[in-house]
Amino acid sequence: MSSNLPSHEKTIPWIWLVLGLLGACALPFFITNYHVFQVSMVLTYAIALVGLNILIGYSGQISLGHGAFLAIGAYTSAILMDKADMPYWITIPIAAAVCLVVGFLFGLPALRLEGHYLALATFALAVSLPQLLKFKHLEFLTGGVQGIVIMKPEAPWETLFGLKLNSDRWLYFFTLAVTVVMFMIGWNLIRGRVGRALIAIRDQPIAAASMGINTPLYKSLAFGVSAMFTGVAGALSAILVAFVAPDSFTVFLSITLMVGMVVGGVTSLPGALYGALFIQFIPNIADQISKAAPWAIYGVMLILFMYTMPTGIAGLLRLIGQKLRPTHP
Amino acid sequence: MSRTLLQVNDLHAGYGATEVLHGLTMNIEEGSITTLLGANGAGKTTTLRALSKMIKVRGQIQFDGQAIEGKSTEDIVRLGVAHVPDGRGTFGSLSTEENLQLGGYTRKDKHEAALDQEKMYSYFPRLKERRQQQAGTLSGGEQQMLAIARALMLRPRLLLLDEPSFGLAPLIVREIFDIMRTINEKDKVTILLVEQNAAMALDLAKYAYLLETGKLVLSGLSEDLKQDEAVRRSYLGH
Amino acid sequence: METFIHQVVAGIATGGVYASLALALVMIYQSTHHINFAQGEIAMFATYMAWTLINAGVSYWLAFTCTILLAFALGVLIQRIIIRPVENAPVLNIVVVFIGLLVILNSIAGWVFTYTIKAFPSPFPKEPPFGLHFISSHELGSIGVTLVLLLMLYGFFKFTPLGLAMRAAAQNPDSSRLVGIRVGWMLALGWGLAAAIGSVAGMMIAPVVFLEPNMMSGILLYAFAAALVGGIDSPGGAVLGGFIVGILENILGAYVIGTELKLSVALVLIIVVLTIKPAGLFGKVIVSRV
Repeated sequence: MSSNLPSHEKTIPWIWLVLGLLGACALPFFITNYHVFQVSMVLTYAIALVGLNILIGYSGQISLGHGAFLAIGAYTSAILMDKADMPYWITIPIAAAVCLVVGFLFGLPALRLEGHYLALATFALAVSLPQLLKFKHLEFLTGGVQGIVIMKPEAPWETLFGLKLNSDRWLYFFTLAVTVVMFMIGWNLIRGRVGRALIAIRDQPIAAASMGINTPLYKSLAFGVSAMFTGVAGALSAILVAFVAPDSFTVFLSITLMVGMVVGGVTSLPGALYGALFIQFIPNIADQISKAAPWAIYGVMLILFMYTMPTGIAGLLRLIGQKLRPTHP
Repeated sequence: MSRTLLQVNDLHAGYGATEVLHGLTMNIEEGSITTLLGANGAGKTTTLRALSKMIKVRGQIQFDGQAIEGKSTEDIVRLGVAHVPDGRGTFGSLSTEENLQLGGYTRKDKHEAALDQEKMYSYFPRLKERRQQQAGTLSGGEQQMLAIARALMLRPRLLLLDEPSFGLAPLIVREIFDIMRTINEKDKVTILLVEQNAAMALDLAKYAYLLETGKLVLSGLSEDLKQDEAVRRSYLGH
Repeated sequence: METFIHQVVAGIATGGVYASLALALVMIYQSTHHINFAQGEIAMFATYMAWTLINAGVSYWLAFTCTILLAFALGVLIQRIIIRPVENAPVLNIVVVFIGLLVILNSIAGWVFTYTIKAFPSPFPKEPPFGLHFISSHELGSIGVTLVLLLMLYGFFKFTPLGLAMRAAAQNPDSSRLVGIRVGWMLALGWGLAAAIGSVAGMMIAPVVFLEPNMMSGILLYAFAAALVGGIDSPGGAVLGGFIVGILENILGAYVIGTELKLSVALVLIIVVLTIKPAGLFGKVIVSRV
């Protein structure tokens, strides 16, 4: 019965995907520029969350430091654009490659640790990175405390199919395209050999090793790949925001990512999208509820989510779907 | 007229979605030794776990007239039921003496409890030799003795024992069974004994219950079960 | 030479604070196998409670004692109300709850007390003790308070029945229930104690780093490092780890790296220890049979 398979093995509901994409393409022409920017940011978070999901959901490891890879991706993009005058679109694959390598190298020693030890190591990475970015002797590259300001890219054409195309809208379509590509890569990874190996390692590490799966290699690869996704997200966000600074990448960002993933639903690609929506919009809602202590509201919502929706939004939707679908005789 | 100390009615229990015990009904007479026999997987350990509420149960359990199926393990213990689990459950990194002290944790009469501790050392002199030693480093037999001694520190009315002979040399097993006879006769402790070693158990116990795949198939005096054709062939080897 | 000694002594003083927090972390870890990411914020919140009492005119040591009791109660409440519902949830969910707690405490502190940095008084005189040059009275007093605290805890766990019961409940909850220990309440007590310890740490460090809602995050990281270095399941190791981290931080900061990269030092230290000796200096390596 299809309801018992992990969600990624169900047949893709093509009709929803196509409708969704069409809707996404139409969206920017109906909302304000600021909202277009916000939705673009949601897409970048979604990419980051797919990356985090590959690490945490599918290979069963934990990272409280993925904000560091957002930073590395963002700074790579910013430095290349600012210091090497590279066009924005080429910085994306470069940032991806950089983060893949850095993530893999970090993973090699770090992934000999398990569970909470790994969480702490990655937590330490996240807490110490801003200090590194502010470091005097690296200022020539990183811009120190003030960071780097980038020129926001202009749209290559004035209009698209007769509809007006400005910078925000153009960047939105660019982000959307990258998002689709990254989701497809993620989907293929998860469904293929790599994904199955990761699940084996997650569920029965000793059996997996004795079956010949090179566990340390796969785990480090998983870390590298997840870092790559997050790096792409970081690079995109740098372009969208047109600015990078150390204080944008505190440990709270890493925590936010992880929270988004758990709330959205671990081990689920659509979960990445739900989580991204949560990360982007819930703080605004919390802010509206209480100007004085918005993060307290945020914290309360987090805890409530964990009590009521332990499998995340994706898990809840899956449960609802199962209840609505009649069981086959 | 002998009293029923423990009354079990239609007990169902299991792990998660799997039910292991399918409706067990049992009476334990006060002051007696009763044994619960059966092959691996019959549900014997599950029964004891159900009685001390380490797992969820459905059905009725009455201890000394009081319903306990809704109570927590800690509360049942405080009513006077001591459970020596399979695997012994000793606190490995604490000392022998600390394990015994923990046995008497709920005792209000601290002076009496201290005297009981000395009594335990007299029952199990080997434990006295090793009183400061880390419990996890004791031999299998010594850990079993420690587990029983710890349970006795409660001054229980009912003692649940899960496979005390498991993995132990015959000499040690005999020692332990002798102790059980002593505490039953002298200290009037009612015992429910789960055992794989059917021969020794039937010699020690007055009553016996036989479980097969979660259901009761035979019960009565041990004398009678010893003579039963099926029991002899499957469990006594002759 | 004198500066060196001063750095070491200062390191011992802050090390005492790290040791106390590390101990609190280990206590909660031992009984629940969870790392309390909100430990720092609880300590910060307790320190603000002390500040409120002192500002209201309460004498220092009375405020100190009241704060410890209040923090204890806060810890118990948090465990019973917020943590208990998710005790058996997947690790990730629990981590999210801890983070929610962290954020709530931080935000409420900022709202009630504002983000302006406040001075927190030290109960110890400004003049250096006995005319010594390499140690301040606060540092000496801080070390003293920490040592008294640690000794009291050691005595409690080693020699009292309740302490024994808590150790048992942390090690083996099932067997503990079988001797009648109310494991749930032991957990709550553990949290209460951890919060109380944290409050002492907060009150000792606040005069040095000044009181503001974000004061504990760097310190918490050092406490993590200390707990890991010592072995996350070894209270003694955590304490020793705290002193080691404190001294290393000061020495490396003063002579090798400069104060800007101190947190990176903590990171490197954590990774090095975990790579070479994952169980820490005193932790037990658990060999499990397959």
